[in-house]
Amino acid sequence: MAWYSETTTAKKKSKKDLWVKCKKCHSHIYKSEWEENLNVCPNCNYHGSITSYERINLLFDKNTFEELFNNISPIDSLKFNDLKGSYKDKYEATIKKTGISEAVVTGRGKINGIPAIVAVMDFRFLGGSLGSGTGEKILQAANYAYDNNLPYIVFSASGGARMQEGILSLMQMAKTCAGVARLNKKNIPYISVLINPTTGGVSASYAMVGDLNISEPGALIAFAGRRVIEQTIGEKLPDDFQTSEYLREHGFIDSIVNRKDMKDYLSNVLSFYNR
Amino acid sequence: MNILAKERKVRELESKIDELGNKEVTNKLKLEIENYKIEAMTNLTSWDRVLLARHQLRPTAKEYIEYICDDFVELHGDRLFRDDKSIIGGIGTINGNIVTIIAQQKGKNLDENLKRNFAMPHPEGYRKALRLMKQAEKFRRPIITLIDTPGAYPGLEAEERGQGEAIARNLLEMSNLTVPTIAVIIGEGGSGGALALGVTNKMLMLENSIYSILSPEGYATILWKDVSLANEAAEVMKLTSYDLEDFEIIDRIIKEPLGGAHFNKTKTFQNTKQAILEELYQLRKLTGEELRDSRMEKYRKFGFFQRFNYDNL
Repeated sequence: MAWYSETTTAKKKSKKDLWVKCKKCHSHIYKSEWEENLNVCPNCNYHGSITSYERINLLFDKNTFEELFNNISPIDSLKFNDLKGSYKDKYEATIKKTGISEAVVTGRGKINGIPAIVAVMDFRFLGGSLGSGTGEKILQAANYAYDNNLPYIVFSASGGARMQEGILSLMQMAKTCAGVARLNKKNIPYISVLINPTTGGVSASYAMVGDLNISEPGALIAFAGRRVIEQTIGEKLPDDFQTSEYLREHGFIDSIVNRKDMKDYLSNVLSFYNR
Repeated sequence: MNILAKERKVRELESKIDELGNKEVTNKLKLEIENYKIEAMTNLTSWDRVLLARHQLRPTAKEYIEYICDDFVELHGDRLFRDDKSIIGGIGTINGNIVTIIAQQKGKNLDENLKRNFAMPHPEGYRKALRLMKQAEKFRRPIITLIDTPGAYPGLEAEERGQGEAIARNLLEMSNLTVPTIAVIIGEGGSGGALALGVTNKMLMLENSIYSILSPEGYATILWKDVSLANEAAEVMKLTSYDLEDFEIIDRIIKEPLGGAHFNKTKTFQNTKQAILEELYQLRKLTGEELRDSRMEKYRKFGFFQRFNYDNL
């Protein structure tokens, strides 16, 4: 049967290359069309994931982005092992695969001419989890914004705390909030953009305390997981529970912005804050 | 045999002795039991400490407040929604120092626990805490928090009212306070729910209390997909006071009597009061600005990472 299984896998692969299946409406979209539409479903406006560099390209004026603090990467301080192996092996493989050394990319650039500092989390890096290095980069970028009097924008996409770093990960929640808190001293605007998904510890720290909290349509934003809550209260939760629309309805999000409009939206609101 | 089984054995032996009449024999046996107790109740495993931190008889926040404070006035409500009874707050005096005290309160029995929601706060609990902290700052009072929670409550209404936002707001505002702040973990320090009262100048921890990102049960489920391995998870996740002192996440361990805080509550409260007063005395020497800056500086240092060279990629 060897010849048969080989051909089918080959066939499957080429099919996969050509089409993208939307996770929400399950329709098949031409990959080129999907990418042209910024990984957003043209049928149902589902916002698929994009990498941190793709987002940076969408956000900043051409050739204005300068990456900062990219020399930080994780270390296995707890000597963590689970069923799938050690933390060290895992992050080393992730660095090789993604080409980034932590779950966030930080830097400066111009958005329609307005200079800003950004931190863009990348879900591909261990689920965008908040490790010591992640927290450090978010803090250093905040300090850079402070020192240079520039607005700070953080795009969050995270499963929450990085379990492999235990209590040290928890401390990053306090550390990043302290960094953001300091911006108040100089009246520097801090804009948090909550991307699908922003959950757990990240949703209970810097991501939720922007001067503006912005999101994309349909993003999952949650502190406690849906399953945990269903188990605790013993009933089914509403379908739109913990979506960006739900959070806006309950008063925790200022605005939901389509990906294609994000750059103009941000430069527009930043112009209000420019002194 | 874990610490609870050993404790049962000690209590059993002690009660049997009282039934014996002969004084000479009892004295000899008492000494033997005492020796067994020392042997059994020192060198605790991490899991033993988890069990002690959650012990039914472990003193709760109210008992600490009653002993430590000369007087205490409880204040209620977040002014927004309701009064969350899993967090108590108010103003008290400790040896003449007027302080604001905020504490997570567990119940002693099921009825009390239902009222206190097992010390798992809703957003309004954290917002009450923040209201009282801001007021403490207005009147230049130091703030003492007593932490004892399995975690923030995971529920529909908690999410609806912004559990994440409430915790985040506390982290941000606590780091900015210009009065002395001291947190004491007296039992369970459960993740973000504990941290939301724990961004302070000084972090103290009762010897047998725990502080972790997740319960050992949750950790075991993630690690090995087996909740029954919680005792092994406790060992690897570094949640004891001694582990956290090594990481410099806490500043001081408050000693407990042999067998745990509940074996001699008065001694435990004395030690706690002493530690709080000593820390308070030191912090009072700093200005508001210095308190805020040194607190921020402390949190900025947390975590381990390494320098990365892209040439090695």
